[in-house]
Amino acid sequence: MELLGYYNYWVFAILLVIGLYTVIAKGNLIKKLLGLSIFQSAVFLMYITMNKVEGGTAPIILKGATDQIFSNPLPQVLILTAIVVGVSTTAVGLAIVVRIKETYGSIEEHQIFEADQTP
Amino acid sequence: MSLVQHLSALQVVVPLLSAPLIVLLRPPGLAWAAATATSLMAFTIAIALAIGVSNGNNFAYEMGSWPAPYGITLGVDAFSAILLLITTGASSFALVGGKRSIDSQVEASRQPLFYSAWLLLLAGLVGIVVATDAFNIFVFMEISSLASYVLIAGGPDRRALPAVFKYLIMGTIGATFYLIGVGLIYMMTGTLNLADMAVRIQDVSDQSPILVAAGFITIGLALKAAVFPLHLWLPNAYTHAPHAVTVFLAACATKVALYVLIRFDFIVFQPNLAGHALQFAYFLMPLALLAIIVASAAALFEPNLKRLLAYSSVAQIGYISLGASLVSKAGLTASVLHIFNHSLAKGALFLSVACLAMGFSSTRLEALAGAGRTMPWTMAAFTIAGLSLIGVPGTAGFISKWYLISAVLNEGALGVGLAAVIVVSSLMAAVYIWKVIEVAYFQLPHDGSTAVREAPIELLAVTGLAALANIYYGLFSDVPVSLSSDAAQLLLGVTP
Repeated sequence: MELLGYYNYWVFAILLVIGLYTVIAKGNLIKKLLGLSIFQSAVFLMYITMNKVEGGTAPIILKGATDQIFSNPLPQVLILTAIVVGVSTTAVGLAIVVRIKETYGSIEEHQIFEADQTP
Repeated sequence: MSLVQHLSALQVVVPLLSAPLIVLLRPPGLAWAAATATSLMAFTIAIALAIGVSNGNNFAYEMGSWPAPYGITLGVDAFSAILLLITTGASSFALVGGKRSIDSQVEASRQPLFYSAWLLLLAGLVGIVVATDAFNIFVFMEISSLASYVLIAGGPDRRALPAVFKYLIMGTIGATFYLIGVGLIYMMTGTLNLADMAVRIQDVSDQSPILVAAGFITIGLALKAAVFPLHLWLPNAYTHAPHAVTVFLAACATKVALYVLIRFDFIVFQPNLAGHALQFAYFLMPLALLAIIVASAAALFEPNLKRLLAYSSVAQIGYISLGASLVSKAGLTASVLHIFNHSLAKGALFLSVACLAMGFSSTRLEALAGAGRTMPWTMAAFTIAGLSLIGVPGTAGFISKWYLISAVLNEGALGVGLAAVIVVSSLMAAVYIWKVIEVAYFQLPHDGSTAVREAPIELLAVTGLAALANIYYGLFSDVPVSLSSDAAQLLLGVTP
């Protein structure tokens, strides 16, 4: 089955849309950040999927072995960097939410909006 | 290797290494001094690079001597030289003049962290500009974005927090879209080096992942660049950020994202994808026109000076993308030139806003009544920069609008309509700048603000210098014009 063969990419697409929907639809700032994390994780899955070579192992050259098949290590390295970026983004986002809670007393989008309408 | 050959690497390394060291400088004033010295050094490097590029030098730098496409190469050409100049220049101007403005808005104990984030933002922005590798661009983009979230939220205004949260969400979505696009291209071509990508993409240019990637990359970068209608994060973020930060961000941050958009598109996609020029123009041109009209109209009715100028920035991004959407040498020249000239004008305008904010308690227009009497030098600088924004002859803004109008008139009947839009929106700019002038010069000061004095001398001096630069580059425009036309040639792949 061609369609099922792309199983990982289907999961990637579904996770991506779930994340994006959560970011847009939820009013709670923490839930928005959760959505953002899911959204980013979906992309990590895409990178990890594409580096897989069937039957491939870790790219370490063994003495004497001639017909080894390796998985591509580069996307893994890239995504390691992207995971760090994602974690930092979430950390900065959470720090901002904490300060919003301290100054506005709420993390609901509409309540923050209303608080600024009546200065 | 002589020092000159290391310049493109030093451009990033100097601010990147200074940033963590500055956190340790606790005595008051020291962090500022170190950050300013670093920024000035980066500015000097950028000037040296720009001079070298005009003399035809090649600044490709292989990190660790690993050759491309396997190693990572940094490079500077005419297009990046202009971006480096405005980025380091804006940072230096804002830091030299902004000390007392920052002192009044950021607590002393947090200042070392604030300046550290500032240098990270600088390192990220120049990193994007010198990188020639799609993934490096992503990493530097996130360094600069994370630092800018911290800087915007660093002020005393609590409304900055929801604004920066929105910016964080939209900025991250933009960067992740870009990452998806880069991943899809890597999947098809197996390379991340832009020049190598442009060669290898030829074999697969008709496959759907490449088209999807082009879409993701364009939309993601357009979000970062605040191309209309993806600009919603920009006005509030600029309005509530500390004034010095607004100077820095408004002069260069969105333009660096636009730089990546233009560069990626013209180097990788434009020569290789069938019918891409038309799709690019159909996508970008309507958005550019809407940005020019709608954002100018929003600025007309805006009572807060900072948000007024922020909306005007969205309109100016429209001009830049309009030039690029013509996909012609004249259009790209105008586009690159406007990147340069607009940051001169907007930098000077936001510096005057920083001056005004030192004297007046609010940046709302009605609070600024009589500023022409109490702060005559500041308002003189504001007026000059405002004229440059409108595009009055003799100022830098006129030069790039002239080039833009000549470029659109090459397009035949469509061009006449485009030129009409540019003229109408210039008139709108005249109206919203006039609103400020009218309040400042033709209204009497309020009772509370008669004792307002001129801004601190160093801030005033920098503001005046920025305003004079608008006149200087309006009269002697050879250097930016020749760099811009070199950049346009480079992007279109035409040998000079």
